Amino acid sequence: MAKDLKEIKDIEEIKELGWDELLPGAALFSFREPVEDVAEIPMEERPYAPTNSHEWQVGDWRVEKPVYNRDYCIDCQFCWVFCPDMSILSRDKKMIGVVYEHCKGCGICVEVCPTNPKSLLMFPEHMDNQEALAMWPKKEEKK
Amino acid sequence: MAKKYELNEVEVWDGNMAAAHALRQADIDIVAAYPITPSTPIVQNYSKFLADGYVDGEFIMVESEHSAMSGCVAASAAGVRAATATSSQGFALMVEVLYQASGMRLPIVLTVVNRALAAPLNVNGDHSDMYLGRDAGWINLCSYNPQEAYDLTLMAFRIGEDLNVRLPVMVHQDGFICSHTAQNVRPLQDEEAREFVGEFKPVNSMLDVANPVTHGVQTEEDWHFEHKARQHNDLMNSMKTINEVFAEFKDRTGREYTPVYTYKMDDADVAIFALGTTVESARIAADQMRQKGIKAGVVSLRVLRPFPFKEVQEVLSNVKAVATLDRSAPGGTFGMLFNEISAALLAGGKKPVVLNYIYGLGGRDTTINMLKEVYEDLDKCAKAGEAVVPLQQFLGLRGPKLSFY
Repeated sequence: MAKDLKEIKDIEEIKELGWDELLPGAALFSFREPVEDVAEIPMEERPYAPTNSHEWQVGDWRVEKPVYNRDYCIDCQFCWVFCPDMSILSRDKKMIGVVYEHCKGCGICVEVCPTNPKSLLMFPEHMDNQEALAMWPKKEEKK
Repeated sequence: MAKKYELNEVEVWDGNMAAAHALRQADIDIVAAYPITPSTPIVQNYSKFLADGYVDGEFIMVESEHSAMSGCVAASAAGVRAATATSSQGFALMVEVLYQASGMRLPIVLTVVNRALAAPLNVNGDHSDMYLGRDAGWINLCSYNPQEAYDLTLMAFRIGEDLNVRLPVMVHQDGFICSHTAQNVRPLQDEEAREFVGEFKPVNSMLDVANPVTHGVQTEEDWHFEHKARQHNDLMNSMKTINEVFAEFKDRTGREYTPVYTYKMDDADVAIFALGTTVESARIAADQMRQKGIKAGVVSLRVLRPFPFKEVQEVLSNVKAVATLDRSAPGGTFGMLFNEISAALLAGGKKPVVLNYIYGLGGRDTTINMLKEVYEDLDKCAKAGEAVVPLQQFLGLRGPKLSFY
């Protein structure tokens, strides 16, 4: 009998399931319970199932990280729109920062950032964010 | 609401028209298709039915067979009934997606009109495409004439969609000899066919937006093995459902289907084991051999996958020699039927002479006389108690006699 993956709390438990306990077709549900309008529920309040990719942290794949600088951001939401891993946190159209648990360090947010200087820049993974902010470049003059 | 199609008790349909009517009666939501000879008329007829108001579902013209099956996968995962048709090169292009469909456990129906695979390019019938897809995890049903193509296509929906099965189903028919040869077909009336096929039962539907679900996930070494094992388990156990659906269909129509087809096997000393339209020719050859005093019979697989291992053992338990006829180039070994039938016999402790004939490639006609030659070979082997002819021969081939093993 297939187990209801929504009932399982611990991701490690899923990894131990036998062939007879898996849902046929490897279908995976996103939430533990029905969700009527997911767009209206903030990420931290969504009833994620353990099989949702939200529960799988891939931040350690990263070798460079995007650092966010509030001083220059115009809240245009480009980074939020383009991030392939939903790793840009934004509330009420205000940019908050980067979710490092899920960011793989692809740099797309930096690429699409339109400000001068950019409000997101890539820095080595091991560098402290405060240190990165202290060495932020100045505005580039148009030639 | 689709209009009722007025059908006579007996219609004169070729295999393509028969399959097209079965698809029409099955109330399919999505047919995504790309035409290819000799299966083109299936989807061409179907799209005409749709244009004339006899179909409620959608027809999606796509840019390739890969897309045709991808469209069916998406529709089926979304939670609706999907089907398509193809042949040969189109089938080959679909292969990647055939594995997706079975792995994702989507009960799609694919009507396959069997045709040779290039090169050399050839539009005629052989079983190269059937053999190419036999490991793809689908249920495979085989027909020999338009009536069976119709019957099995209707039954395919019931079998694949059963909640204990949830696997895609192929229904095979021979290119041209079946697909383009008009014969008498006794169809069910529309309402009776609809009642038999029943409503589609969605499972883990993507259109259930309150319960978002991911289909076609990635599983690496931690899960993949278990998922493929479960898929194999459910495919093996689908024989129970297949038999139930065969029985219910017999109750409705009087037409009986069994996983292994037999003709005059009760007392047979020698048997031809073949697939497709050749079965009907072999029946005539067997009758003629019996007039000469040779107890000849015919065996075929109605269900190629799951393979009816026990039934094959049982049917062949008393034969002295059996010829396995493979209509696909064997690519450096024996044909598939030789290997599988030999394995079943050996495991059952039987050791009749087993011969392998490669025949009919690219639409080469296989005559009654050729099949009688096979029976003559078998008779010689049966009387000698051992193989007195080469194990692998080519039937109906020009040039010097070609044989191996």
